[in-house]
Amino acid sequence: MTVIDDMEASTESIAAGNGVLGQRMLRKEDPALLTGEAVFTNDMKVPGALHLAVLRSPYAHAKILSVDVSGALAMPGVLHAYSGADLADSWAAPMPCAWPVTDDMKNPAHYPLAVSKATYVGDGVACVLATSDAAARDAIEAIDVEYEPLPAVIDLEDALSDNVVIHDELGTNASYTWPLVIEETEGDCQKAMDESAYVVKERYVQQRLIPMAMEPRAVVAMPQPFGGDMTLYSSTQVPHILKVMTALTLGIPEQQMRVVCPAVGGGFGSKLNVYAEELLCVQLAQTLKVPVRWNEERGENTQATIHGRAQIQDIELAADEQGKITGMRVRLIGDMGAYLQLVTPGVPLLGAFLYGGVYEIPKAFDFSCTSVFTTMTPTDAYRGAGRPEATYAIEHAMDALARKMDIDPLELRRRNFIPKEAFPYEAYTGLTYDSGDHDKAATVAENILGYADLRAKQAAQNTPDAKKRLGIGVSTYFEMCGLAPSRVLASLNYSAGGWESATVRVLPTSKIQVVTGTAPHGQGHETAWSMIAADKFGVDPADVDVLHSDTAIAPLGLDTYGSRSLPVGGVAIGMACDKVIEKARKIAAHQMEANEEDLEFAGGMFTVKGSPDKEMPLAAIAFEAFTAHDLPDDLEPNLEVQVTYDPPNFSWPFGTHMCVVEIDVETGETDVLEYVAVDDCGNKVNPLIVDGQVHGGVVQGLAQALYEEAAYDSDGNLQSSSLAEYLVPAASDVPSITTGESITPSPTNPLGVKGVGEAGTIGAAPCIMNAVVDALSGLGVQDIQMPASPLKVWTAIQEAQA
Amino acid sequence: MDVTVTINGQEHTYDVEPRTLLVHYIREHAGLTGTNIGCDTSSCGACSIHLEGEAVKSCTLLAAQADGLEVRTIEGMAAEDGTLHPMQQAFMENHGLQCGYCTPGMVMAATSLLDENANPTEEEVRIGLEGNLCRCTGYHNIVKSVLAAANA
Repeated sequence: MTVIDDMEASTESIAAGNGVLGQRMLRKEDPALLTGEAVFTNDMKVPGALHLAVLRSPYAHAKILSVDVSGALAMPGVLHAYSGADLADSWAAPMPCAWPVTDDMKNPAHYPLAVSKATYVGDGVACVLATSDAAARDAIEAIDVEYEPLPAVIDLEDALSDNVVIHDELGTNASYTWPLVIEETEGDCQKAMDESAYVVKERYVQQRLIPMAMEPRAVVAMPQPFGGDMTLYSSTQVPHILKVMTALTLGIPEQQMRVVCPAVGGGFGSKLNVYAEELLCVQLAQTLKVPVRWNEERGENTQATIHGRAQIQDIELAADEQGKITGMRVRLIGDMGAYLQLVTPGVPLLGAFLYGGVYEIPKAFDFSCTSVFTTMTPTDAYRGAGRPEATYAIEHAMDALARKMDIDPLELRRRNFIPKEAFPYEAYTGLTYDSGDHDKAATVAENILGYADLRAKQAAQNTPDAKKRLGIGVSTYFEMCGLAPSRVLASLNYSAGGWESATVRVLPTSKIQVVTGTAPHGQGHETAWSMIAADKFGVDPADVDVLHSDTAIAPLGLDTYGSRSLPVGGVAIGMACDKVIEKARKIAAHQMEANEEDLEFAGGMFTVKGSPDKEMPLAAIAFEAFTAHDLPDDLEPNLEVQVTYDPPNFSWPFGTHMCVVEIDVETGETDVLEYVAVDDCGNKVNPLIVDGQVHGGVVQGLAQALYEEAAYDSDGNLQSSSLAEYLVPAASDVPSITTGESITPSPTNPLGVKGVGEAGTIGAAPCIMNAVVDALSGLGVQDIQMPASPLKVWTAIQEAQA
Repeated sequence: MDVTVTINGQEHTYDVEPRTLLVHYIREHAGLTGTNIGCDTSSCGACSIHLEGEAVKSCTLLAAQADGLEVRTIEGMAAEDGTLHPMQQAFMENHGLQCGYCTPGMVMAATSLLDENANPTEEEVRIGLEGNLCRCTGYHNIVKSVLAAANA
């Protein structure tokens, strides 16, 4: 475990007007969160609210023969109880899946409560409304459900065999097959496999993970006193998407729906969804004309909130004598779980374009993903969504190739790096990587870690009888984020666009409001967006107020996921500021009787070139714009501009991670001694926040590598349904993290920024697992599947030595 | 049953069900929602408070067990004029929080840790906080915050 590094990375600032950007500004969000003043959804005091509790199936797969709610209705405090059948006519449409990846994708109708069949443990089958949460939870125990249990379907290959079909109406468990074959001439991939000097063929299992945001979900649906309007408070990442989808699913006119997110305690993709409990609360509140609320217990969260990853990856990598990649074949099986949630089927597609990593890949690429239903909790986007899986596969396979060639894994990577001069680089997929400098990122990491010295130390320490073996891990990555150009999303069959909206207004007193369509839940948007506006206007960030996460205040937006908030939403804010300044310039020119072209704007002041005595502060212009007493003839009053920005490209963050692990061969325990992350996300608005995102991301990736797994038994019971069983690492389980600096601005947007929310996670799992295998390969261990628990590591050592 | 608890210097008495957990007493009866609930197995520490000056997970106790005792919650940490407690200040200055949900519990556990060991090593901080889970920060800046508070 290394000592916390107090040396801060240098704050290379964005070349910008007023010097705010690039500063390690402390967060505006913190005082309320640190003092308990912040209000999370479950903190809301709502007089008269009824509490919803949901009875969940204890069977992974069972026919529902009958539901008797009379016992619940007899319990104290209970006002209503419903079976799935009771509410079957309440829904205007099934719950939404917004990503029908193929025209023939199979998608079973999914309703907030199951009616005839439960298809995973945790599937809602009935519900109760009572005067307190405790009364409601007590009462669901009194509901009598008669089930006819059916066989669980847990294994993905077994699911594909259709021995047991989960959704009878589909006739199969396969949801879709999505191929991506990129060849100059048909058969190029096979030719590479047949003719290349080296081929490695590997199978990796991306275990199921539970996102486990610290705040479980919570919902309050509040009918408004007059006119039939409905306000939905929810712990969600996606208030705007939720508003549209709630309106569609419940048949409520969209203009009558308002969605508000109070403080949201983390998401990581798990709150990028439209959930049964949100729809139940709104529907019942609407019908009964009383507020209805629900809060999720952790044991429910592990089963009723989406899971992540859950793929089997078969990868074949071909390379020439020097290790230059000549072709790649990837076959995926994706575990959709029991139903398709909001973007479930799209997750493997987000990875499909990243199997080439940071390397020059020829057009000899053959990818196909088949996704399958199982009787487990639905999967969906979890931090990185597809990209960690792809990165793991290529990076872990690169290490396998390096071992086969008996060369250093970092050297093998360098032989394949896309050179810095090649950017912007049109990849084998047809997508254009905006900017990159992989050698720099790798060199920075290599120098911080002292890579060469460590290799020497490793060689000395890892004698055949060593009790503790050192492993050094390297991973590099490119990731596509900032979802995304709307036309590209269209080509992938995604149902929404990828734009983001910003409104910037300068109030009469010169205070600035920034209205954003992003929906933060820990990322510090109030701080970072104020910095962008403050930099543009030359004011103190304290004078900028950021409004968000309420569809009545910020009606346009596409929310926060996929590391999109800064490269799309933040860029929109900068553009809106520029347009406000242009309007202010017209007013200033008019009032100072000067030409617009002769005006300069800096530090919040317009000055006239060559006339140092003539100046007009933004504050004065804001008041003039408000009174409208003396504006240019063709100019509307007020300083307010709304911008919707549709990015022309994804943003492509990249980086190199390196780590050192020590494995106790007698216990199988892995200790991560050092971790170095060099994540290049272009220009940094606030390096403090960037580092924080990297730290948290790395630990989530490390957790996949070493600790976490949503394990099911053969009957479909989740074996890790609490935080006592699911091993979210604690402070004592992880090392401190050294972040190194590499800044390669994106040429795609005027701020030169890229996303960073998922980068750490994407780089970390392969880095750790490469180190684990690196430590043990000298004992004959070929590979270990994640999580590399002490038992798995110890067993692998025993088997290799046998 | 009547349960009387002094919370942040103010005496509260409520008629509660005997099964009421202390965390529910604090949140639902006293209305102090700064103390959060993150699990149902006493694993996450989001509900950590001080009971008679020591950090405890308020979901592990019945309210009745705190009858007649003194409790301090996150709302009682800053000074009356709003000046943050040195631990809160250290978390702010070191970016020791992101979503903020684990933060109240983390601050309560960390202050208790320093009461027991005024100058902990990094490893002692990590072990001392192992009962409190955070999903955002990777703990790096939380540990840094606690070490900074120790040196403040």
